[in-house]
Amino acid sequence: MTYSKCRVCREPAIIDLPRHNANFCAEHLLQLCRRQVQKAIADHDMLSFDDKILVAVSGGKDSLAVWDILTELGYQADGLYIGLGIGEYSDVSYDFTAAFAVERGLDLHTIDLRGEYGYDVPTAAKVTKRVPCSACGLSKRHLFDKAALDGGYDVVVTGHNLDDEAAVLFGNALRWDVEYLARQFPVLPARPGFPKKVKPLMRLTEREMAAWCIVRGIDYQVEECPMALGNKHLAYKDALNAIERESPGSKSAFYLNFVDKMAPLLAGHSQAASGELNDCTACGAPTTGETCAFCRLTDRVSGHDPVPVELVLNKKARKAYLAAQAAAGE
Amino acid sequence: MIVRLRQPKREIEIDGVHTVNQLLDGLDMNRESFLVIRNGTLVPGDGRLDEHDTIEIRPVVSGG
Repeated sequence: MTYSKCRVCREPAIIDLPRHNANFCAEHLLQLCRRQVQKAIADHDMLSFDDKILVAVSGGKDSLAVWDILTELGYQADGLYIGLGIGEYSDVSYDFTAAFAVERGLDLHTIDLRGEYGYDVPTAAKVTKRVPCSACGLSKRHLFDKAALDGGYDVVVTGHNLDDEAAVLFGNALRWDVEYLARQFPVLPARPGFPKKVKPLMRLTEREMAAWCIVRGIDYQVEECPMALGNKHLAYKDALNAIERESPGSKSAFYLNFVDKMAPLLAGHSQAASGELNDCTACGAPTTGETCAFCRLTDRVSGHDPVPVELVLNKKARKAYLAAQAAAGE
Repeated sequence: MIVRLRQPKREIEIDGVHTVNQLLDGLDMNRESFLVIRNGTLVPGDGRLDEHDTIEIRPVVSGG
């Protein structure tokens, strides 16, 4: 039994969205999400119905939701899943992704880091002695770019949502990192060696995206990546959600007003976006040096014996990971 | 009522709460970071809970 009513139809609500000062039933929650995606696409010239689209899918709520929304709206979108080798977490994530694609008759491409490049994310983190998210992000960016260009795709879609973008903005603003601030746009245009990349979920929170998946019956990887536990990105999200609770709408105002008002002032201030690039001597990808960062990484880590996930976690993350493993085994 | 939690998966039993907001507040969970699900359906903040319910509190924040 509920008391709140849908703002649109006055039927019983299933969700309260304080930032809209409103409640919604299932049907009108989906309508809200679709309209926010359509507005993002239109405002930023993200996609056309003729585009051949590649969606970067992880098995999490955001990437499956954006793939679902785009195909529902009539876009032609295939998926690409990269097997990162993060133990059972990656295995389960792939299962959710594959099931989603099969149920909807969608084309899913897969790349297995260990099988095709001789390493996985935990091993790369151990060998390079850098945080796991560094090797993970580097690998994904390179392989999504390469797959899009090789496959003749017009644009890569990622499932970054409003919370993701606000957290990145928060981190960049804490350091006043103009280089990164000047590159934080919801659309990165194509340039030689790089496909166009867009973020159609930029106007939707992750609570709304999780709700989309639940209403649409999409099973997704709910558990957190063990390598991400305790990272700064999560700390920034917690901080923003604490503010959001006290002042609903702050998070979207912070990010969307940045995009509308600050990003134009910062255009052209990124040296990386405007600097001269060379072709990587190994793979041909654009790079500021002779060899690109991905090829340097694979040279260094490929062929190492796999390192178990728990050996590259900090103390707090390892404790949480082992507790989750124990719970899963019960 | 039985409350299923995630990250990691576990169950706890809670009595004496009557709404979703009371439940989340009692567990010191920010409403912005969680959804509450009963029988596969979302329940809003003022949604009533019954002592015989089995519900899931699902975190929505991801660190990727």
